[in-house]
Amino acid sequence: MEKQKDNWDKLKQYTDARIALGRVGVSIPLAESLQFKLAHAHAKDAVYAELKIDELIKGIESLQLKHYVVQSQADNRSVYLQRPDLGRKLNQVSYDLLKNETIPDYDISIIISDGLAANAVNENALPLIEKLVVLFKKNYYNLSPVIIAKQARVAIGDSIGYLLRSKMVINLIGERPGLSATNSMGAYLTYNPVVGLTDERRNCISNIRPQGLNVELAADKIFYFVKESFRLKISGINIKDNEQKKLV
Amino acid sequence: MNYYDFIFMIFRHTIGLNNYVFKDLKDVLAKATLPKSGDQLAGLSASSNEERVAAMMVLADIPLKYFLEELVIPYEEDEVSRLIIDRHNAKAFETISHFTVGEFRDWLLGDFATKEMLSTIQSGLTPEMVSAVSKLMRNQDLILVSQKCEVITKFRNTIGLKGRLSTRLQPNHPTDNLEGIAASIVDGLMYGSGDAVIGINPATDSPKITRDILFMIDNIRQKFQIPIQSCVLSHITTTIALIEQHQPVDLVFQSIAGTQKANESFGINLSILQEGYEAGLSLNRGTVGNNLMYFETGQGSALSANANFGVDQQTCECRAYAVARQFNPLLLNSVVGFIGPEYLYDGKQIIRAGLEDHFCGKLSGIPMGMDICYTNHAEADQDDMDNLMTLLGVAGINFIMGIPGSDDIMLNYQTTSFHDALYLRKALGLKPAPEFEQWLLERGILDENYNRPTSLSLKSNEIFKALL
Repeated sequence: MEKQKDNWDKLKQYTDARIALGRVGVSIPLAESLQFKLAHAHAKDAVYAELKIDELIKGIESLQLKHYVVQSQADNRSVYLQRPDLGRKLNQVSYDLLKNETIPDYDISIIISDGLAANAVNENALPLIEKLVVLFKKNYYNLSPVIIAKQARVAIGDSIGYLLRSKMVINLIGERPGLSATNSMGAYLTYNPVVGLTDERRNCISNIRPQGLNVELAADKIFYFVKESFRLKISGINIKDNEQKKLV
Repeated sequence: MNYYDFIFMIFRHTIGLNNYVFKDLKDVLAKATLPKSGDQLAGLSASSNEERVAAMMVLADIPLKYFLEELVIPYEEDEVSRLIIDRHNAKAFETISHFTVGEFRDWLLGDFATKEMLSTIQSGLTPEMVSAVSKLMRNQDLILVSQKCEVITKFRNTIGLKGRLSTRLQPNHPTDNLEGIAASIVDGLMYGSGDAVIGINPATDSPKITRDILFMIDNIRQKFQIPIQSCVLSHITTTIALIEQHQPVDLVFQSIAGTQKANESFGINLSILQEGYEAGLSLNRGTVGNNLMYFETGQGSALSANANFGVDQQTCECRAYAVARQFNPLLLNSVVGFIGPEYLYDGKQIIRAGLEDHFCGKLSGIPMGMDICYTNHAEADQDDMDNLMTLLGVAGINFIMGIPGSDDIMLNYQTTSFHDALYLRKALGLKPAPEFEQWLLERGILDENYNRPTSLSLKSNEIFKALL
C-alpha cells in the first residue's frame, strides 16, 4: 500500500513534535519508523557510552591541574541503572585515595561524572572547565585536583567534597538522553558538601551543550552561583537565580 | 474476630531443608512479588527464587479476613490506611469473606465471578487484598479477570464500554507555545485521538498559560461540537484557583500515591482532593455524566518520596487506587514506565507492572488507562510497548495515551502514538467512545475502518485556524 500523506505538514513549522508523519494503512511509514529507531539508538548508545579518561586527563593537565580517577560502588552500568544509591557512594579504593589527600582545605572541587550520558561530559566538560579555571584563578579561589568519577550520580560529589575538605563542589554530569539531544551536560553546585544532602541544597544548570546553553554562558552562570554561595555560605533554593534574565 | 482478641499470624514455610519465616504481612507481600528493581532498591525483595515461591505459598493460605486485622501501615499513622478501613464495605465483602487469597484467585477465574458479581464485591476489597491476589496470578490470569470487569465513566462522552478504546491526546510542547500545542492537537484529532481527554502537561506553572490553553481547546470543542473534555495537568491547587475565577476547567487533575507521606510530598492530602473535586463539580460542565477527576499514579512513587514504609511498590500503587476511588474519577492512568529503571528495569518488568496495575485498578472499580511508556535509560523499546499495549487491549483497558510519533518532546520519554491507537483498534476490533466515534464519522475524519474518507468535510486547516 502506498504512503498516504497528511495534508497539514505545514504545521511542522510550529513544533518539533513528530506530526504529519503520514500513514500506510493505519501504521507509521517505514522512513519515519527508521528515523525514530535511529534517534532511540543514539539515546541508548549514549547511556552506555564511557568516559574518555585519557583525553580528559590530558586536557586537565594542559590546564596545569592535577586529577584523581574514582569510581562509585556501582561496578557496571546495569548495577548503576538499578541502584542509584550505589552510584552516590565511592568504592573503597576511591575512598582511601581521597582520604589520604594531604593538602588541606580547598575552595572548590570540580568533578567530571559520566552520569547517564558520558559523551555529554566527554564533549562539554573540558571547554567549560577551561572557562571556569580562568574565572576562579582571577578571583583567587583555591582549586583541588579535578576528580573524574565513573558510574557516578550527582550526590557522589558530597563525599568527594567532604573528603577533600572543599568548601564547594561542582559536579559536571551527563544528563538523561532524550530522542532530540544525547549530549546534554548538567552542572550541580553544592556548598559545604557532606553525605546525605538532598536536591534542595544544590543549584543546577542544565542543558549545557553547543545547541543548548553554550559553555560561555554556562561558565558565567556557574561563577555567579559560586560567588553567591561563598557570600551566603549556602547553596540551593536559598540562592536566587538573579542572572536568569540577563542570560536568556 | 474482634480486634482485641486478634492474634497476629506467624508466616512460615518449609521447602526441603530451608525454613522460611516472614516477619509480617507486608514482608510476605513484598517477598511474593515478582522481581522489580524498585523493590530490590528498597531492600524488600525475596533473596532467592525459592524464597519468592515460598512467600507466594504462604500468601495463598492467608485468609482475606486477616487483611482487615493486620494493616501494612498503621491506622493511626496514615490517612490512607484510615480511608481504606473506614470505607470498607462489610456487606460487599460477605460473598468472599471465607476465602484465602489463593481461593480468591481461583474464584476470580471461575465462571461464578461474572461482571456483575465483580462489581458487587468491589467495595469489599481492600487494596492489599487486591495486590495480594494479583501476586498469585500469571499474566494470562490478570488479563482474563480484567476482561470481565467493566468500569464505565462519563463526562461529555462514555468511556470504558466493552469493545471500546479511548485515548488521551497529549499535545505537549517544551515551552507551552500555543501554535505548537495546536499543531499537535490537529494531528491527533485527524487521527481520531482525544476521546478520553485532550490533556496537556504544562512546561511552566503559569496560571495565565494554563488559562490560555483551556480557552483554546474549549473554543474548538464548542465550534465543532466535539464530544470531548480538556485538562491542563497543573497542580490541583492551581486548578482550584482557576475554577474560582470561573475559567473553563473540565477535568481536575492530580498525581496521587498510596501513602499519606507520599501524597504530602506531592503537596496534597485527602481534604485538598475533596476540595478540588467539589470545585470541579460546582462548574457543572459535564453533559452526559459527572465524573471529572483525572488521576495519575505509578509504581515507585512512594519509594521515590521515601514514603513506602517497607511496603512493596505494587501494594503502594493499589493503595493509590483506594484514594482515587473516593472521588469517582473519569480517568486514572498509571504512568508505568515513566519513573525509570531503578523502579522497573526492563520491558519484562514494565509489562508485568502494567498488567498488574490494570487488573488491580479494574478489580477496585477504577476506570483504568495506561501511559504505556519507557525512558531512554530503561532496557525497553517500541517492541516492548507493542507487546504491552496489545496485552492491555485484550485485557480491555479503557484508554491509552496518544502522542505524535510516540515522542514526547516536553517530558522526554516515549509513549504510544496516534498510529498505535489505530493499530490497536484495528487489530482488536475496538471503537472509540460512541459519541466521539459518531463525531468522527459525521465530520468525515475517519471511516469505520479508520481510513480517511475522500470527502473530508472538516479540514485540518479549519481546526488549526479555530484553535488560534
